[in-house]
Formats: sequence, structure tokens, C-alpha cells
Amino acid sequence: MNSRTLFSRLALASGLSLASLALTTSPASAHRFWLVPSATTLSGTDQTISFDGAISNDLFNPDHVAMPLEILTIVKPDGSKGEMLNAAKARHRSTFDVAIDQEGTWWVGVTRQGYFGSFKLNGEEWRVGGRGRPRPGDKRVDGVDAIPDGASDIDLTENLSTNGTFVTSGIPDTDAFTPTGKGLELQPLTHPDDLVANEPGRFRFLIDGKPAAGVKVTAVPGSKQYRSSEMVTTVETGADGIATIAWPTPGMYWIDAKAEDANPAEPRATRRRMGYTFTAEVVAP
Amino acid sequence: MPRLATTTGATALVAGAASALAVPANAETIRVTIPRIKVAEYHAPYVAAWLEPETGGAARTIFVWYDIKKKGAEPGTKWLTDLRTWWRKGGRRLKLPADGVSGATRTPGSYDIPLPANLPKGAYVLKVEAARETGGREIVSLPITVPGAKGTASGKTELGAITIR
Repeated sequence: MNSRTLFSRLALASGLSLASLALTTSPASAHRFWLVPSATTLSGTDQTISFDGAISNDLFNPDHVAMPLEILTIVKPDGSKGEMLNAAKARHRSTFDVAIDQEGTWWVGVTRQGYFGSFKLNGEEWRVGGRGRPRPGDKRVDGVDAIPDGASDIDLTENLSTNGTFVTSGIPDTDAFTPTGKGLELQPLTHPDDLVANEPGRFRFLIDGKPAAGVKVTAVPGSKQYRSSEMVTTVETGADGIATIAWPTPGMYWIDAKAEDANPAEPRATRRRMGYTFTAEVVAP
Repeated sequence: MPRLATTTGATALVAGAASALAVPANAETIRVTIPRIKVAEYHAPYVAAWLEPETGGAARTIFVWYDIKKKGAEPGTKWLTDLRTWWRKGGRRLKLPADGVSGATRTPGSYDIPLPANLPKGAYVLKVEAARETGGREIVSLPITVPGAKGTASGKTELGAITIR
């Protein structure tokens, strides 16, 4: 099963369309999609970690909607899938536990892929993507496969995004960062579970497996309600794909990288928007 | 950090005293002072000491005091990560309990720990970190040269004087 099919299946199972998921990363939305673990650094393999997930403006204050749990994947250090325990979706946030029974670095998150845009059919404008499933009579389809023959003026953008967080038991390792060679990916020079406020974080971003220059990286610490500014740090990757972030304060950070190019997977699409987001703890020295 | 049973006092001296006996007469000794802190809920701190070579390279843990006896769903090792700098610098690479390194938590007082006798000559920074359940965390640094290490530094909150002589 390829990731598209898997994705569609999950989306169907959860009653969400591909498009509605893709939309949550669209630039028009200020809402941030986040996952926060109760601990990032563990001693031993007998602990259970709780995760909270939500989509909200302020980090990590669940004030908008809960994260859909069906779309999440838990990847163990050996690459096998972990299990979600005690899952619950509340009004503003979702929560679940993961028994960390293996040493090394775990990833919990979601990878999303979809298209949005428009086309013309018999002189009428139709949209691709958008929130929810199209209802009868809507001039809208929820994916590229549903674009009818005879459509013209096809204008499509691919949305490809990854969002998650890392938990490490024992020594941080990098198997969780093995690139797939597809879209925007992270290659840490400083491990996300090994960050300290007096040492800058250094992260290399790859697009389709190669170091990517000009990727915009934003780092925002949580708990804005207890200070006056967003305290956002924005940097851009250099020719080597490396972004260096000087942490303004210790804390839990939401780190979001964005890039755009003209290499979508779908031949009828013209643009590709990519996002790579992760939550990481920066400890006080 | 775990609730400490009253056995703490009884086990407190085991690691220190045992290794102190094995120390050659001329080896340097670190004296670590754990201050008495007047709070309603006091737990003896987790404390670790390690040496970082000034030229860089791997840190060497000299001791780590934690609740070595507590097992079960929340073993004493769970809170070792509260010694967060030690954990990053080398704690996470150790298999615990480690002979001559692991020890039970200590109640307030002064404790003598020998510097390892086989330490290569050179400049080091001795770091001592303490973290207390429902309390604070502090790290004290003391640059030394081996052999003939000498010096003193002091914590302000969770640690008292740290002396090498």
C-alpha cells in the first residue's frame, strides 16, 4: 500500500477528507498544529509518556480544536510502529500515552500530502481541495483523481508536510531521521532531544534528499501568555541547508520549516509547498 | 524524585566509605557539602560529579547518588534525567548501577570522595550537579589540574562548598 492509499484510508476512516487535512497547513491559516510530550528525555525503558496534540494559535495552549488522532504514527527507534494507549479526543486537545519500551529516539507525528487549486469545466470554475467533503452540487472535488476528463486551466499546488515530536530513552540516535528523499526533511546536527539554551541549535534541511538553501525556519517557544512578545526566531538555511537557531530562552519550542518549489509529484500540478515541523525541548544549561 | 525511606541515612556512607578505604594516601579527595535546607517537604538530592577534560572529550563520572534501591513502576533511575547536565554529558551513556560510581542519596553533611587514581595528567573542570525533588537544581564548576588538584568553589542553593585537596 503506498502512502497515498494509506492516507486516503485513514482519512476515510476518520471521516476527514484528504483536502481538509491538507488545508490545516495552508499558509492562510495561522493555526498551528502541535504535539507535546510529557517528557522528551528518559532514563530506562519502563516509562509511559503522555502526549497532547491540538491545533491552536498560541503554543502550547489548546484553545481551538483537538488534533485528529487517526492520522498519527508512532515510530520506534528500530523503525517498527509503536502503540497509542489511552487515547481520548477532548474539545480542545487530544491526549494519548506511549509506553517507551525501546532505547533510542522515537518519533510521533503525521505526514500529510494533498493538492489544492482549481480547474475549468464547460466554462465553469471548479475547486480542488478545501474543507470537508464536497456535497452534491458543489463545484468542487476533493482530490486530483477526481478531476474529470475534459477539465481545462488546471492550476494545482501540492501540499506536503510533516509534523511531530521526538522522545529519547538513553542515548539520542539518528535512525528516526533517515531521509526518505521525498519533500522537506530534517537532518539534525544538534539532536532535537539534546538541545540546551546556551548552545545554538543546528539543523540541516533537505528537499528530496539534498541540502536545501533558502528554507525559512521559525522557532517559537511556548507559554506566550506569560510574556509580552511572541519571541519568534526566524532564520533561513544557507547553501549547505543548515539553519542555526540561537534560543532566546529555555523552553518547549515549536520549530517550523517551510519551502516552496516547482517539483510536485503530480504532472498536472505546478507548485509544491512543503512544511517540516517539530516540537523540541530546549533545557536550561 | 522518589520519596526517600529512612534507610537513606544507613546506606548513605556505603559507596563513599568503601571507596575511601581503597584510596592511596596521596590521592586527591573531593569534599562535597550538601546544605541543610529548611522546607516542609525535604528529600535528599540526587547528586552527580564528573570531570570534563579542558581540551574537550568525554566526561568521566566520579559518582552519582540516587535512589538505587527503589524498583517497581517508578524506579529510582527514573529521575536521573533531572540531573540534566550530567545526563547529557555522560550519564545517559552509563549502565547503572556502576561499581564505584553509583551510591545512595546523602542527607545534609560533608562527604569525601577520592578522585580516580588512574586519572590522566591534565586540566579538567570538575562539575557537581544536585537536583532535589520538589526543590531546586544547581551546578557548581571547579577547574583543576591533575596531579596536585586543589581548589574550592561553592554553590548557593542546593550545594555547599565543593573542595578538592
